[in-house]
Amino acid sequence: MASQDSIQKTLTVALLLCFVCSVIVSAAAVILRPMQESNKALDKKKNILLAAGLYQESLSVDEQFSAIQTRIVDLSTGLFVDVDDVDAFDQRKSAKDPATSQALSSDADIAKISRRENQAVVYIVESNDTFDKIILPVHGYGLWSTLYGFVALESDLNTIAGLGFYDHAETPGLGGEVDNPRWKAFWPGKQVYKDGEVAIEVVKGAVIAGSDRANYQVDGLSGATLTSRGVSNLLTFWLGEDGFQAFLSNLKSGSA
Amino acid sequence: MSVDTKKILVTPIFDDNPIALQILGICSALAVTTGLETTLVMCIALTAVTSFSNVFVSLVRNHVPSSIRIIVQMIIIASLVIVVDQILKAVAYDVSKQLSVFVGLIITNCIVMGRAEAFAMKNPPWPSFLDGFGNGLGYSVVLLFVAFFRELLGAGKLFGVELLSLATEGGWYIPNGMMLLPPSAFFIIGFFIWILRVRKTAQIEAEEFKIVKNSTLREAL
Repeated sequence: MASQDSIQKTLTVALLLCFVCSVIVSAAAVILRPMQESNKALDKKKNILLAAGLYQESLSVDEQFSAIQTRIVDLSTGLFVDVDDVDAFDQRKSAKDPATSQALSSDADIAKISRRENQAVVYIVESNDTFDKIILPVHGYGLWSTLYGFVALESDLNTIAGLGFYDHAETPGLGGEVDNPRWKAFWPGKQVYKDGEVAIEVVKGAVIAGSDRANYQVDGLSGATLTSRGVSNLLTFWLGEDGFQAFLSNLKSGSA
Repeated sequence: MSVDTKKILVTPIFDDNPIALQILGICSALAVTTGLETTLVMCIALTAVTSFSNVFVSLVRNHVPSSIRIIVQMIIIASLVIVVDQILKAVAYDVSKQLSVFVGLIITNCIVMGRAEAFAMKNPPWPSFLDGFGNGLGYSVVLLFVAFFRELLGAGKLFGVELLSLATEGGWYIPNGMMLLPPSAFFIIGFFIWILRVRKTAQIEAEEFKIVKNSTLREAL
């Protein structure tokens, strides 16, 4: 067995094996890449539709997404930015990069995200060529994790059309109930702004029916005070002046 | 099928189960068993990797210098895992998203390496394939058993279809939240091992220590 364990033999086996394995692995990666990319794109589109409450199982995702226009917005000026390739823009990555984001002071950072990206992707839903809904990305800290989701607003830019999260790690059964369709059903029809301030909030317990603020409040999740507060805070932040408020008022006056 | 091949294939399922008897591969048994669908995909992935890594390790077994044999096994296993992961991402994207890192962690699953080192290094390709497949099945039996109870009691569903009407949706069943958390898998695996050892008493291990009866007060004085 001396020849079996010689240095020459060892090196030859190691090199040959590495070569064969690397060919197999890279072949698999290259051949399957197009399928993976289309899956990824489809998944994101589906999440956007689901979050906005527009998803219908009977239609294909691409078909439903065809009515949606993707645009990029500069958050500080509140104006649309023209970019060549909208799909290539990665908002999550740009929120981490110091060149494309800004640090938040602790007073302003109510959603506990520490940095806010300069630009954000928004999705405009059109029906019969007229502006119908707008879908805005939101994120903020809950109890254990950052919740990533979308909020959809009706054409008056004040009424919520839907809210949903596509990525979070809250406690299943408690904070994880942010995904419960019955809780999400509380959101459509609620109002966001009262006298120019973000008034929408998740309250502890149930909303008192008939109170003058009932239109701006949503029932809290039982057993998930911190997650509920997190959702409240992230909406206050993203719909407020550090978030999309400038853009929304520009959009309303038609100067975006 | 000759008696021998049948034995290689069937023994790991109950008689020499990798999880229940050898207590290998517990980590993924805890992590991916919240639902039957993800579990099934994980089982298929692991069975495929164990079977084929055994075949390839067995094919090269006579040419591998013993000084680098573990590295050779790791390279073969790692390549197979990457291929499986890529295929999953291409054909079953939703499930692969839920499995996230656990497909990649098949590399470190003790069952795969254990079989490559213990069986495939000493046997021809076909028996090695059967051994890997059998061990994959043994792993799958335990995982599916665990996932069945976790999904049924934790979410009131099986394969995502609601069977017990949940209290939150106006039904009668209050889901057991603990079943959705990893520790519950310990209890279920424990019960599985208990049932198995009641039926197959040969698996009961000899006690390492004999516990002496408590001394009475009179003896102590």
